[in-house]
Amino acid sequence: MQTTSTLESVLRGIAITAIILFFMFPILWIFLMSFQTNETILRVPPSLFFEPTLTNYRSLISGRLEGSTATLEIRFMSNLYNSLFLSVTSVTVGLILGVPAAYAFARLKFRGSEDIAFTLLSFRFAPPLLVLLPLTIYFQQIGLADTYGGLIWVYQLIVLPLILWIVRGYFEDIPADIEYAYRIAGHGFGATFRKIALPLAGPGIAAAGLLAFIFAWNNFIFALVLASADKQPVTVGALAFITASGINYGQIAAGIMLSIAPTFALALYAQRYLVEGLSLGAVKG
Amino acid sequence: MSLELTDLSKSFKEDKVLDGVSLHVPEGKTLVLFGPSGAGKTVLLRLIAGVIEPDNGQIKISGVDVDGVEPEDRNIGMAFQNFALFPHMDAHANIAAPLTAQRQDKSAIQSGVQTLAKLLKIDHVLGHKPKELSNGQKQRTALARALAGKPKILLLDDPLRNVDAKLRFEMRLELPRLLSDQNATVIYVTQDYKEAMAFGDEIAVINDGIVQQIGIPEQIYLTPANVDIARLFGDPVINFLDVRLQKDAAGVFALISAKRVDLDASYSHAVGKDCTLGIRPESVLFVSQDHESAVPVTVEAETPLNEKTVNLCLTARGREIMASRPSGTDGPENGPAFVTIEAANALIFDKETGALIEPYKTTAKGKVA
Repeated sequence: MQTTSTLESVLRGIAITAIILFFMFPILWIFLMSFQTNETILRVPPSLFFEPTLTNYRSLISGRLEGSTATLEIRFMSNLYNSLFLSVTSVTVGLILGVPAAYAFARLKFRGSEDIAFTLLSFRFAPPLLVLLPLTIYFQQIGLADTYGGLIWVYQLIVLPLILWIVRGYFEDIPADIEYAYRIAGHGFGATFRKIALPLAGPGIAAAGLLAFIFAWNNFIFALVLASADKQPVTVGALAFITASGINYGQIAAGIMLSIAPTFALALYAQRYLVEGLSLGAVKG
Repeated sequence: MSLELTDLSKSFKEDKVLDGVSLHVPEGKTLVLFGPSGAGKTVLLRLIAGVIEPDNGQIKISGVDVDGVEPEDRNIGMAFQNFALFPHMDAHANIAAPLTAQRQDKSAIQSGVQTLAKLLKIDHVLGHKPKELSNGQKQRTALARALAGKPKILLLDDPLRNVDAKLRFEMRLELPRLLSDQNATVIYVTQDYKEAMAFGDEIAVINDGIVQQIGIPEQIYLTPANVDIARLFGDPVINFLDVRLQKDAAGVFALISAKRVDLDASYSHAVGKDCTLGIRPESVLFVSQDHESAVPVTVEAETPLNEKTVNLCLTARGREIMASRPSGTDGPENGPAFVTIEAANALIFDKETGALIEPYKTTAKGKVA
């Protein structure tokens, strides 16, 4: 049955195009910038037509920033590696700690469980800078400053509450009867967690992991204060693009493209789980 | 294995769901837990299964106190009212769950699942996920899963509640045979008095967390302990009329619309009391002519109800009375008519407490018991 008129579908098409343009234009512009030299980027008026060049990417990957007056060494690729390592490890640790904890908060009503869960959430309320100052001193005293371990630990402040609270909701959405049924069938508490709760909350866990990864990836302030050059992620490393001889927009654009690539790829891949996660309600009853 | 519950209580926050429930189910027998929703039936099953803990009281399986025994170690099969199938596993894996827990080998699991699936006529959908199954198939899968581990105690939580009328009818015929084949001790929860009558060796009526009456089905139907049970047991629902018992030289009687309904002399101890007279619709009979015990009524409507036909009548004071008769027999036209009441089957309840007033029975010694 035809429920929409031609006019309606045309208007809808225009609206969708406008929204896509609005959100995608900056990304598209950066994408185009990454293939241009500073001169073509800065010309007035700007133009969509230019001779594409790979020099920006080449200098990022080789680690040599060719300025107009001098050559500068940058560690973009090692920053990228740091970002990847820190984010993946933090999310892995966060999931290993957070998912069982979320299950406990969802299913076992123990004394003070709500208070503990809320305390974990409250980590997100504190301004990071306020936490960082004392933390830096402590980290220096116990030798955790400027180590991957220390950074991953601090990253749990970002990752853990997020995973815990999202996944907890998914666990709570699983009808308790389904877990009871598995227990009564003769399986233990641990088996029920592995075979029933984990798979059913899977989409939620994937969604939480993805969000946590993006938050960890985008973190700036913790790494800025706690890490030295060789441990810095790409967010902090990008500061190196602002040089004494000016700002190299082309290389920044290429840097952005490279640094959003992993999260972008992950989001595309996990989209399926996110949609599944939203339709979890369909399995009830 | 026998099952014995002693003084079980359970509260959720301030809400007392079960209050001192004691039940005994002998080995191989079926006890029907009957009661309205919210009566505490499901909670009682969960206590027995061990997924929630009682506040106090004792559960004994085969004479052994199972306090602290985990649900997986209780050797119980349970079918949930909402089926509670594992949504990410196909029907085969669902039914096999108790068998994998027992670490049976692959071929044993395979044959165990197949046998049950054939018996319950779901062998053609074993590869389907729960959401691809019809309600009837889900119900059978849940039942098969409960039976698969050959549990000695079977808890069935209103398994026919969420299935369509046709399947419910079929299963009412099949289930008793299936259960007796299992030779398990069964607790069957239902809100349907017909199921209760059909399945139960004994029925325990539970309401507001209290066991109000335990007895064989006929006993519950014929002598319900109170007004609530009388109302729940029977379809169409029992008629209640407020009366005051009186006595004269001819015996004990009650007046309905100024007509005399004679009652058994053994009710003489209740004379003068405000009572509720309970009359089953099948004890209300239409008569063609007025006489001294014929109650004038106005027939308002007629409803066929399967094998019965029910007439809704109003007395002179506007009280509703339902009369039922076998379908196909002659019934009255709408309008004025007369009914008599078979007093021998009438139940008399204390109006204040709702409790059944039993007739005094004289013993051989001539004393009241």
